[in-house]
Amino acid sequence: MADTAVQVEHDHHGADAHHGPTGILKYIWSTDHKIIGMQYLFTGMFMALIGGYMAYVFRMQLAFPGISVPGFGQVSPGEYNSLITNHGSIMIFWVAMPVLIAAFGNFLIPLMIGADDMVFPRINRLSYQIFLISALILLASLFVEGGGFGGAWTSYPPLSAVAEYNLTNLGSTLWLTAVALEFVAFLLGGINFIVTLMNSRAPGMKAYDIPLTAWMIVIASVLFMLSVGPLMAGAVMLLFDQTLGTGFYDPARGGDPILWQHLFWFFGHPEVYVVLLPAIGFVIDITATFARKKVFGYKIMLYTAVATAVLSFFVWAHHQFVAGIDPRMANVFTITTLLISVPIAELLFVMIATLYGGSIRLTTPMLWALGFISTFLLGGVTGIFLGASGADIYLHDTYFVLAHFHYTFFPIAIIGTFAAFTYWFPKMFGRMMDERLGKIHFWGTIIPFNTIFIPLFMLGGIGQHRRIYNFEHFPDLAEPWMFTLRQIATISLVIMLLFQLVFFYNVIKSWISGKKSGDNPWKANTLEWTTVSPPPHGNWPPDELPKVYRGPYEYSHPDREEDYWPQNEPA
Amino acid sequence: MIERFLVQASTYAGSIDGIITLVFVLVGFWFLAAEGIFFWLIWKFRARPGEKSQYLTGKEKHVKRWVTIPHALVLVCDVFIIIGSVRVWYDVKQRLPEADTTIRVIGQQWAWTFQHPGPDNTLDTADDIFTVEDLHVEVEKTYHFRLESRDVVHSFSVPVFRLKQDAVPGRSITGWFRPTETGEHDVQCAEICGIGHGIMFARIHIEDADTHAQWIAENSNSAAQ
Repeated sequence: MADTAVQVEHDHHGADAHHGPTGILKYIWSTDHKIIGMQYLFTGMFMALIGGYMAYVFRMQLAFPGISVPGFGQVSPGEYNSLITNHGSIMIFWVAMPVLIAAFGNFLIPLMIGADDMVFPRINRLSYQIFLISALILLASLFVEGGGFGGAWTSYPPLSAVAEYNLTNLGSTLWLTAVALEFVAFLLGGINFIVTLMNSRAPGMKAYDIPLTAWMIVIASVLFMLSVGPLMAGAVMLLFDQTLGTGFYDPARGGDPILWQHLFWFFGHPEVYVVLLPAIGFVIDITATFARKKVFGYKIMLYTAVATAVLSFFVWAHHQFVAGIDPRMANVFTITTLLISVPIAELLFVMIATLYGGSIRLTTPMLWALGFISTFLLGGVTGIFLGASGADIYLHDTYFVLAHFHYTFFPIAIIGTFAAFTYWFPKMFGRMMDERLGKIHFWGTIIPFNTIFIPLFMLGGIGQHRRIYNFEHFPDLAEPWMFTLRQIATISLVIMLLFQLVFFYNVIKSWISGKKSGDNPWKANTLEWTTVSPPPHGNWPPDELPKVYRGPYEYSHPDREEDYWPQNEPA
Repeated sequence: MIERFLVQASTYAGSIDGIITLVFVLVGFWFLAAEGIFFWLIWKFRARPGEKSQYLTGKEKHVKRWVTIPHALVLVCDVFIIIGSVRVWYDVKQRLPEADTTIRVIGQQWAWTFQHPGPDNTLDTADDIFTVEDLHVEVEKTYHFRLESRDVVHSFSVPVFRLKQDAVPGRSITGWFRPTETGEHDVQCAEICGIGHGIMFARIHIEDADTHAQWIAENSNSAAQ
């Protein structure tokens, strides 16, 4: 099976190599999975800069209300709402998903399974192009009359459905269109990942020989495909409510606003795991490499990931405990939500247990991977407060929620990305990154990250509610010490953003003049390290596609002198 | 824990704080234990020249139990939290104790309107007192509130009560509270409701019986005239 698929793909590539685009078009019209991966990566990073800028503007307003923010000016309530809405949307849909799944999925899956490209290279190219259009539409929505959509990334109707309520007639329609197009792009990409993993594996690579990164991205793609359907239907209904005057969410005409909340969160909660799983994959691969250790329980890891994915379909209403759903339903969802802590705890235990008995090298990628584990732990445990219905009555929609999900999403989308980027940089560009700058960047990011969100946990605990542009209006929330906490968070954010300059400097410097990395600088086992860096179109010479003889984590095997054992090396 | 920063002004505020403290203690233990072991392992198994890693698959019984036992303990903690949480939830949201007075709370862009029943203590009669941004209640009386919205989704949040409930257009949602302490506190809108969300504030005035009776007398007279 695998043999035939590889063969078919190979023929296709032979043809493409002759008629493929040349010159600059090679980079913008390519069907090469690595180029498409880079396109996603750099688009995602560009969007992250915009999302970060937005966070800077509204955090300044929160810490110093009424100030003229340098680089923006005074923030009006409408602009504030638009900034927080688009910050959330961008960071999830245009940063976390494209970078974690599309960029690394595209770059890594064919390389990790020993294929010369994706099964559907042209669908892959189409996926990026639709994604790019969705990003452009979103950016355009910020500049139309009335400004960008300001109804929060959750977009609850009737606020999002009726122009008289949200006052951003065109902005909200463009926002919704952009989100819907982004989903189409990821469906196309996801189909590709799944089919490629199933059909194009190197000869000898059995299910349990697949590196966990590839598995996790594919499980995430399946999860995305199964959960996004209802929301797509919901988004079309919302678009009709906005533009054609239908009343799907209008109670006066027999609709129901809460229907949207169910459709949204039925997707929205699995979405958390859609982005979490790839990050877990990167972290466990990196941890194994730099601890020179076999992953502690490959199958436990794989099956708990699947269990998490399955359970994630039954927890969505914990976002809606106080939304007006039948109160008896909350009991069911409290139980399912707390049960999901079991596989998640298991994933973390396995990652920590992998360190046991290792020989740990604290390289920059390893620091990021360990940083992920230690910060995600706090994000994980604070979720219990919110899953417990009784506690959620008070904590719902406070900054406690906000700090909680930033302690999950930041490790996932930012720390996970830096881990993967610094680890696979040598493969992508053939050069090593500067370790000293890498470590400065790591500490300059992880310390301010904690000092941003720990104060916000405290403010949430005293009842500070979300999406308020000026807390001076609430006497109980306007105490000077509360403003001090807000200022600590804002100043930390500014420091963290400044430290990102070190990263970009490091990338450019290493890209141009970094030390040549060779094929396998980390002495890792998986197949991507068996080809040259950077790999050519087709990845391996056509008649030298790798064969697989063992699992991906055979580090420090007692029968071997070397402490690693590449998957493609005959016994 | 929360009560050190924010007074508990309703009968169930204590039990909500209680469940938060329970979760804090349980997950705090797990968090510290996991972080402690994590950093200890990084230190203990740091790379030393000439030393090779151990080859462990995770299938060996004596190693596996280091994951399976904590795993089972997490489940036990979950059961405790579920039981505690469901009990609190039942008390606050599922049961509806007999009311002394019923009020109506109406959210709209961007203000809270409160309908108090007036001297006859019956809602929707001529002597009802309507106020904007000021809710007056009497301490140690059980209240039902009928929560409604005129336009978009709002959320009626009274932090000192630890109470929060979304107001959904097209529905009237009934809930209850019983104030236990006099004072004046914030009422928030906790669901984004448009550009005025940040100014949709109100105050709750929890008064003793005499002050409250006087307030009703003064305001319902002027309303009737």
